[in-house]
Amino acid sequence: MAVGQNVYRKDGHEKLTGAARYVDDAALDRMLVGKTIRSHIARGRIKAITFDPAYDWSRVIRADYRDIPGKNYVALIENDQPLLAESEVRHCEEPILLIAAESKLLVEEAARHIHISYEELSPLLTIEESLACAEIIYGTDNIIKRFLIGRGDIDEGFEQADRIIEGEYRVPHQEQLYIEPQGMIAIPRGEAMTVMGSMQCPYYVHKAIKQLFNLSDEQAIVIQTTTGGGFGGKEDYPSVIAAHAALLAYKARRPVKLIYDRAEDIAATPKRHPGIIRHRTGVRRDGRMVASEIDIVFDGGAYVTLTPVVLSRGAIHSLGPYRCDNVRIHARAVATNTPPNGAFRGFGAPQVAFAYEMHMEKIAAEMGIDPLELRRINMLREGDITATGQQLKWSVGAEEVLSEAVERSAYREKRRSISEANRAVQAAGAEDNKRRGIGLSFFLHGAGFTGSGESKMKARAGVEINAEGRPRILSGSTEIGQGTRTIFCQIVADELGASFADVDMEEPDTSRVPDSGPTVASRTCMIVGRVVQLAAREVKEKLKRFVAERYAAPEVELIEGNFVAGGKRLAALSEMAREYIAQFGELRAYAEYASPPDIEWDEENYSGDAYPVYSWGAEVAEVEVDMDTYEVRVHKITVAQDIGRAIHPILAEGQIEGGTLQAVGYGLLEELVWDRGRIINNRLTNYIIPTSLDTPEMETIIVEKQYPHGPFGAKGVGELPMNGAAPAIAAAVLHATGAFINEIPVTPERLQSALEDS
Amino acid sequence: MIIQFYVNGAKRQVDAPPMKRLLDLLREDLRLTGTKEGCGEGECGACSVIVDGEVINSCLVPACQIEGTEMITVEGLAKDGRLDPLQQAFLECGGAQCGICTPGMLIAARALLDTCARPTRDQIKEAIAGNLCRCTGYVKIIDAIEQAARAA
Amino acid sequence: MPQSLNVYSPATLADAYAVLAERGGAVKVIAGGTDVMVLMNAHMFDASEFLNIWRLAELRGITDEGETLRIGALTTYTQLIQSPLIQLHMPALVAASRTVGAVQVQNRGTIGGNIVNASPAGDSLPVLAAYDAEIEIGSRRGTRRVAFNQFYTGYRRTVLAPDELVVAARIRKLKDGERDFFCKVGTRRAQAISKVVLAARATATAGTIESISIGIGSVAPTVVRAPETERLLSGRALTPALIEQARQLIANEIAPISDLRSTEHYRRTVTGNVLAKFLRIRGQRPGAGGQGRE
Repeated sequence: MAVGQNVYRKDGHEKLTGAARYVDDAALDRMLVGKTIRSHIARGRIKAITFDPAYDWSRVIRADYRDIPGKNYVALIENDQPLLAESEVRHCEEPILLIAAESKLLVEEAARHIHISYEELSPLLTIEESLACAEIIYGTDNIIKRFLIGRGDIDEGFEQADRIIEGEYRVPHQEQLYIEPQGMIAIPRGEAMTVMGSMQCPYYVHKAIKQLFNLSDEQAIVIQTTTGGGFGGKEDYPSVIAAHAALLAYKARRPVKLIYDRAEDIAATPKRHPGIIRHRTGVRRDGRMVASEIDIVFDGGAYVTLTPVVLSRGAIHSLGPYRCDNVRIHARAVATNTPPNGAFRGFGAPQVAFAYEMHMEKIAAEMGIDPLELRRINMLREGDITATGQQLKWSVGAEEVLSEAVERSAYREKRRSISEANRAVQAAGAEDNKRRGIGLSFFLHGAGFTGSGESKMKARAGVEINAEGRPRILSGSTEIGQGTRTIFCQIVADELGASFADVDMEEPDTSRVPDSGPTVASRTCMIVGRVVQLAAREVKEKLKRFVAERYAAPEVELIEGNFVAGGKRLAALSEMAREYIAQFGELRAYAEYASPPDIEWDEENYSGDAYPVYSWGAEVAEVEVDMDTYEVRVHKITVAQDIGRAIHPILAEGQIEGGTLQAVGYGLLEELVWDRGRIINNRLTNYIIPTSLDTPEMETIIVEKQYPHGPFGAKGVGELPMNGAAPAIAAAVLHATGAFINEIPVTPERLQSALEDS
Repeated sequence: MIIQFYVNGAKRQVDAPPMKRLLDLLREDLRLTGTKEGCGEGECGACSVIVDGEVINSCLVPACQIEGTEMITVEGLAKDGRLDPLQQAFLECGGAQCGICTPGMLIAARALLDTCARPTRDQIKEAIAGNLCRCTGYVKIIDAIEQAARAA
Repeated sequence: MPQSLNVYSPATLADAYAVLAERGGAVKVIAGGTDVMVLMNAHMFDASEFLNIWRLAELRGITDEGETLRIGALTTYTQLIQSPLIQLHMPALVAASRTVGAVQVQNRGTIGGNIVNASPAGDSLPVLAAYDAEIEIGSRRGTRRVAFNQFYTGYRRTVLAPDELVVAARIRKLKDGERDFFCKVGTRRAQAISKVVLAARATATAGTIESISIGIGSVAPTVVRAPETERLLSGRALTPALIEQARQLIANEIAPISDLRSTEHYRRTVTGNVLAKFLRIRGQRPGAGGQGRE
C-alpha cells in the first residue's frame, strides 16, 4: 500500500539538487525580454502616449491593445478586464503597453523613454468610499455582486433571544507571496502559440490565449513549468502575463520571456479581498444562538475577475461551524480603483472566520459563558442543518477536532493557570513586563467548488499504462508544492496494485492532458484525486477483461502487479499491458467527475448542499505579549484538522503547518500600505512575512473521519489551515491583555491603541 | 573583466562586467540555475551560496569581489550521485514543497552544520532566519536539519 | 544598472585614497555590498563609477588599544559577534550586530558601511552613540578623528569630504560597574528594520545612576542622544517616580515621525517604555546589564 505512507515525493530529488526547471531557468535561442508599462494613477483617461523621438526604437518591440487579434479582455467570469487599457485606466499598475528587447538592461532603458499623460479622475479607494457612491465606477451603485442567504425567520429569532450582541470586524489585504515571482515564456510557432510558465491552472491560460489570438484548442499549447508556490496567486493572473508575453512574441515572431520582479509582483497582482463584516446575534441565556444576521462587504478592486466566487464562499462560510435556525446573510462586493483582488488560499473564508470567531469571543465575554463551552453549545453535529439549509450527512469531525485541540494543548488548565500567573506578574511589577494568553478557534471549510460547480465542471483525468507496465496519470491538475504529483501516484498505485515507484504523472501540457479543472478550492485530492482513482479503476477493468478473455478465465484479479484467477498466477501486469498495446495501440482510460448522489443546490435561492462535504479544524494559540513594546509572540499552536484521510501524512502536515504560519502572518504581521491607490510597501523589506524565528512550535493532529466519496476517504486540506490562526491569536491576546481586537493584523500599534482605549 | 574562481571544486573563468551580480553570473554565464532569485534585495535568501565558508546572498555580491574565492552552490551538495545528508533528510522529513527556497535553505543549513555539528533548534532557526519559505511553516525544514545533524 | 561601469579595485589603502582624491564625488564606495547592491538592483541610483574596498586588509581587524578598541571599518557583523574582545568590552554591540538582517547579511555587512550609509535606522549606530565612539577618517590629506555624535549633519548627511573614507571606529571599553543595554523593536523577529532601537550605557552604584548615555535610532532624521533625559537621571536615585519621569521626558525629547513601519505615537511611547525597562533592570539588579532581546 502506498496510501497513508510517507513515500518520498516524486519531485523531491530534482528540487533538492537544483535540477528542477522553473520558468526563469529556461534559456531559449533568440528569446527577447518583455516588460509591462503600467498606469501610475488610480483612475483617469489616457491623454497621450509619447515615445521619446530621440531614442532608438528600432531595437524595441512595442505592443498595445490594437495589436490583439481577438477581443481585448482576459477570459474569466465577466470578461470586463481588458488585457491592455485602451482609453481609460481604472487602477494603479493597470497594464497599458508592452515592450520587448534583447536584454533586461535594454528594456529597462527603453521604458524610461516612454511618457504617458492622463486626465485624472477622482478615484474610489476604500470600501467606505465605494459604498458612499460619490463616484460611480461600476454598474449603478458600485456593487459588483450581491448574495442573500436566508433560513428560518430572523425576526422571530431575535424575539426569542435574551440578548442581542453586535460586532464589527475588519480584515486587510494579504499578499500570497509565493517565493518564485510570476513569469511566462511565449513561443510562436507558425499559427500556433506555446506558453510555458509558473501557474496553477493551465486550462485557464489556454482559454485566455485561444480567445486573444482566435486559436483552436490544438493551436494554443500551455505548459506548466515547476512552480514555486501559488496559494491562489497563480490562479487567474498568469493568464494576463501569458497573454502579454504571447502578444509580444506574436509581434516579434520570437520567443519572449516576461518575468516579474518582486516589486512589480506585489504592486500589480491580486491580493486577498479586504472586508468589513458585521454580526448581530440573538442569544438565549443558556448560550444558544437563535438569530444570526451577518453583513459582509468585500473590496473587489477595479475589475470583477474572481470576486463573485470569493464572495460566495465567504457568505456561505460566514456562520462558521455553528448551528442557528434563523439566519440572514447579506453579502456584497464593491468596486474600487485598486488592483483587482482575487484568489488566495481560503478564498473568502479566512476573512469571515476571523469575524465569526471573534464574535464568539465577544458573545462569551458579554454572556459570561466560557468561550469553549459556548462553541460546544452551538457546534454543528452530524445531521444538523447549515445556514444554506444543508443537512450534514457524513464525515463531520467537529466534535473530534475540538476535543483533540483542547486536550492536547491542555487549554482548560493553561487558561486557568495563565490567568493566575498574569495577575501575579502584574502585582509584582516585574522587570520583564510580559503577559501570557491562550485562545482557541473553531472552523470549517467546504472542499471543492461551491454549489453545482463541480457537476458543471465535470473534471476529467486519465490513466494510461505503457508497454513496460508503468502507469502514467493524465491530468491538468498541477503540482505547486502541495504534493499533487505524489498523492495522485499513491492513489493510482494502490488502485492498480502497482508499485509507487512505477507510477508517474504526465507533464502538465494542455496538448497531452485533459482539463481536470483548476488547481484551487481544496479540490485536487478530493475531487480530481477521485477522478484519477476512477480512471485507474477503468483502465484496470479494461485490462482485466482482456486477460479474462485471453486466458478464458471467468474471474480475474490484479494482485501486486500480477493477474490471478482462482488463486493461480496468470501473467504480470507489464506482460499483459504489452500484449494489449500490441493489439490495440494504447492502453488508456479517462474518467469524469460525477457528484455524489442526493447532492442538491439551488443557484437561484442560494440554498442546499453548498459543498459535498466539509473539513473541520480547531486551533489553540499560546502567546506572550510584551507590555513595553506591545509585541505579540506566538509560542505554540496546537491544531487539529479532520481531513477525511491523509493520503500522505507528512505532506498533509506540511499543508497544515504552512497554512497555519501563513495565517499567523495574516493575523499578526501582514499589511499593505497604500498611497493614492498605490502599494508603497511592495518589497520584502517592508511587506513582512514570518521568518523561522517568528514561527511558533506547532503540534499538528490529523483526524480522519472518512468521506465515502473521496479517494480512500480523503477530503480537502489545502485551505482549511488558513482559517484558524488569526482568530485564535486575537483570542489569546484578549486573554492576555483584556484588549478586544476587532481588526487584523494585531500589530503592536493596533494593540497599543486598543489598550489605551480600554 | 576576466574573473577566476572555484565553484563546487572546479576552477571557472568568466568575462563579466565588474558590477554584475554573482547570482546572474552563476545563472547566466555558468548556467547553474539551481540558485534562485526571489527578491533581489537580500531579504529572501533564495540566492544563498557559500563563499569561502560563509553563506551570503549572491544577489548582493558583485563580480568584482569574487576573484579567487571558493564557492558552493546547491549543485555541489550531492557528491557522485549521492545526496548530501541534508538533502536526504529534507526528502525524508518533507522539507521541500514548491522547492524555490530549497536550494538557499540547504546552503544556509550546510553553512551552519559546517561550523556547528549539533545545533539546537533555536540555533537552526537563527541560521535560516534569512531564508524565507512560504510553504512549509519551517517546521519540517527545522526537523530535517536536526535529523541531518544527528545522521552525520 | 547603467551600461558602462567603471570599477576601481585598489590593492592598498593608499591607492584607494588616490582614487578618491581624483574621482571623489563621482565614485560610489562599495564594501560588503549589502546597501549598495540593494539600491542598484532597485535602480535607485545612477552611479557609474565604483570604488571596491572589500579587499583592503588594512581596514579589517579589531585592535585592543588599552582603554579603547579600534574596529576596522570592514569588520563584518559576524566578526563583531564572534570577537571575544567585543563580547567582553561592549556586549551591546554584539547584541546589535545579531539583529542586523540575518546570517547572510551579517557575513557581508560592515560596521563602516553602517556608519557611512547614515540611515537613522542603522542597527549598530545607537550603540556607537551611547558609547561616544570616535570615527577615524582617512584621505590622501591625512587622518582625522570625529566624535560619532558629530558625524551626522542631517538626514543621511555626514561630515565626510568627497575624498575621505571611514577607516575605523574607536570605542571606549566598559569600565568596572558600568553596564550597557541594547533593544531593537522591529517589524518581526529577524530580518527586520527597526521601529525603535535604543542602546544605553550607565554606571550605577547603590541604586543611584552616576552617569548614563542613551543612543536612539529610528526616532529622528539621524541617530540621536537624549541629553535632557541623561541629565535628569545623572546622579539621581533610581526610584519608580524617577523612572516614570524619565520615561515621559525621553518620549518628548525625541522627534519621531509616522512612516511605513510605525507611528509617531508608538515610537514615543515605546522609546520611553524601553528606557524604563533598562532602568528597572539597573534598579533591581545593580550588577546586571542586559539586552532587550535575548
